[in-house]
Amino acid sequence: MSAQEYAFVVFALVGVVAAVRVVTARNVVRAALYLVVTLASVGAVYLVLAAEFVGWVQILIYVGAIVILFLFGLMLTKAPIGREALDNQSRGLALLVGLAILAGLVFLIQNAFGWNDPKVELVQASSGVIGESIFRHYVLPFEAVSFVLLAALIGAIVLSTKDERS
Amino acid sequence: MIRLPLVLFFSAALFSIGVYGVLARRNAVLILMSIELMLNAVNINLIGFSNLWKDLAGQVFALFVIAVAAAEVGIGLAIVILVYRNRETINVNEVNLLKW
Repeated sequence: MSAQEYAFVVFALVGVVAAVRVVTARNVVRAALYLVVTLASVGAVYLVLAAEFVGWVQILIYVGAIVILFLFGLMLTKAPIGREALDNQSRGLALLVGLAILAGLVFLIQNAFGWNDPKVELVQASSGVIGESIFRHYVLPFEAVSFVLLAALIGAIVLSTKDERS
Repeated sequence: MIRLPLVLFFSAALFSIGVYGVLARRNAVLILMSIELMLNAVNINLIGFSNLWKDLAGQVFALFVIAVAAAEVGIGLAIVILVYRNRETINVNEVNLLKW
């Protein structure tokens, strides 16, 4: 195993353990804080995989903005605490479905690649190259995404303002 | 140098944890968090294959997925807060007005 693989495995284990705590925590605020750990370790995995720009965008947007939104959502809705209040009764069935999906995916990946097959050489992609790629080949999707963000912003404001007439 | 199956296994694990969360939770905000886990699993796959094929399209699309996820969380939380304001609960088992 190379040094990159060791770093990857460490971050991946931290991420998976924190993700399990996200879906099993009994306290909603703790679930949100475990989500921070998961998202940060995914960002670290991006850095290990030589995707520097995506890694920092992940830290900025997910850890910086989305988790804060989640915390605001939790505080505005007075979420209850306790397993029965947060989980439904079909927990065993959900566990079964999750494990089945995991087994199916692992089987497919093994079939497609095997354990050691494609060793990927990591080449650092600078933000300049990514910017060039976006604005040369993906201008239209980029504009569409910015339009989606604008529409979502307006929609969120319209939805969450109180109706004055009623 | 990294073996691609490691990356894919990590992403598969995150995805199935997210599926479990969506199915097992009954609080709407926690369901949104589990959806974020699944979107992150997709992004890890995109970055891994972008490294395999030496093609930057994977990283660009990971950025697009992050942007769409941000929009989704904004709208989703607005809807959740609206439901809470009208029904005093965000328990998805009790929000069954459209269920026959």
